[in-house]
Amino acid sequence: MGVGDAGLEGAEVGRIFREESGRSLAALIRVFGDIDVAEDAVQEAFAIALGRWPRDGVPPNPGGWITTTARNHAIDRLRRESRGRELLSEVAVLSPGGGDPGKPQEVGPVQDDRLRLIFTCCHPALSTQVQVALTLRLLGGLTTEQVARSFLVTEATMARRLVRAKRKIKAARIPYRVPEAHELPDRLRPALAVVYLVYNAGLTGAAEPDLCTEAIRLARILAALMPDEPEVAGLLALLLLTESRRASRTGADGSLVLLGEQDRSRWDGALITEGQAILRWCLRRDHPGAYQLQAAINAVHADAATVEQTDWPQIVALYDQLLEVAPTPVVALNRAIAIGELQGPAVALALVDELNLDNYHPFHATRADLLRRLGRHREATAAYQRAAAIAPTDAEREFLRMGGRASRRMKR
Amino acid sequence: MTHYLLSVHSVEGEAREPMTDEEMAQSHQQLGVLEQEMKSGGAWVFSGRLHEPATATVVRMAGGEVVTTDGPFVESKEHLGGFYIIRAEDLDGALGWASRVTGAIKVPIEVRPFAGFEA
Repeated sequence: MGVGDAGLEGAEVGRIFREESGRSLAALIRVFGDIDVAEDAVQEAFAIALGRWPRDGVPPNPGGWITTTARNHAIDRLRRESRGRELLSEVAVLSPGGGDPGKPQEVGPVQDDRLRLIFTCCHPALSTQVQVALTLRLLGGLTTEQVARSFLVTEATMARRLVRAKRKIKAARIPYRVPEAHELPDRLRPALAVVYLVYNAGLTGAAEPDLCTEAIRLARILAALMPDEPEVAGLLALLLLTESRRASRTGADGSLVLLGEQDRSRWDGALITEGQAILRWCLRRDHPGAYQLQAAINAVHADAATVEQTDWPQIVALYDQLLEVAPTPVVALNRAIAIGELQGPAVALALVDELNLDNYHPFHATRADLLRRLGRHREATAAYQRAAAIAPTDAEREFLRMGGRASRRMKR
Repeated sequence: MTHYLLSVHSVEGEAREPMTDEEMAQSHQQLGVLEQEMKSGGAWVFSGRLHEPATATVVRMAGGEVVTTDGPFVESKEHLGGFYIIRAEDLDGALGWASRVTGAIKVPIEVRPFAGFEA
């Protein structure tokens, strides 16, 4: 559909670019073997689109247009520079079968350039922080300024960080390829972790652009590109099921609403259905991993019309399995909470008190809640205060200062 | 092809956590096999092991003259114990060799690309 001049704004052009540019950028990085050349070229194509699209309408295949326009501009520019001419002659050699990046190519899922790119961005030789930033910038199509904002650092700091990372990729020759089957388990882990981190950053902050939506988009790309990996599907299912409750996580005043108190009629049924269908599919493959198990726990919650009807034995059993594949204190904490629902707060508190999570505010919030239920109010208050002191967002701090769940019950 | 420096960093005091004679022999044997594989695979460029830092000497320019002093250049607990220079297709190739070296000698290996050797 060619959108006419009526109403096509720069913001809309920006949105289309964000959707499409990851694919173009990835294709151009393959062709030119250079991230900076590819980025500059896509940036130039964006400038041209800003001038042209509002007047002529969006081309029928915006992604193809971006790739072709960017590639032509990169070639023109490189021809003008001597180092560029060298690069171009290398490109001619490297480009197998004269592959035209302007033409949408029919390629197998594993050949998608975005998949290569995500494994480059998430290479273990880069720090996690840099992996997340590069993925958002290059695959998510966010501007440096937007990435900076989601990390709460200045644009200059983020720009420096990205420049350093790209220098390392180039100098150390971090490969631009999909890992082989035997490497995949090790290499997939950081890639999935990055998507999960992006989602969680979106949950705790009110960042614009919406990082939760961005993470789901990335998870969908990964799931489409690696249809045989159950953990990839598991991650997508987990994000969809978590997303189904996002709107009901916060009250009208921006405060945090715990799972038990959420208005379940506000949960997004379409996301739940999709998440559960994906989960059923991957569980049938019988290779449970941490993301699939977390998705399964969320699916059990989604099945319960009320807190009381939750299948807690099932949830505890899933946490037992999760603790085996991911033996972290945070998993142990959540398992203790589920056990508390079955066997009461005293049993849960004994489990919680064994954990070493002093800097994790949900640990103190959980202790506070259990202590309150046991009638140990003075200790509960101290635990709420400790939780509030280290909570990362205002909404959570406010919630905890008000005494968490207890005060909300009293207000009703 | 890129050239990489695989450097073996030892920390004084905890340097070479005491190996038994048997472990030492095994480690040497593994390194020997590894070096042969590097050579036959075309990855090996050079390798060497260094004497302890106290054997170092530093020369520097001072007031237009060369001054020679007892080394090492930097007094630190960590020092370069030895190194390999290898050729590899990309970082993953270099990390593959580095993993085998650390597996044999149980000391961390730093992998760093050389500048200006990209061709």
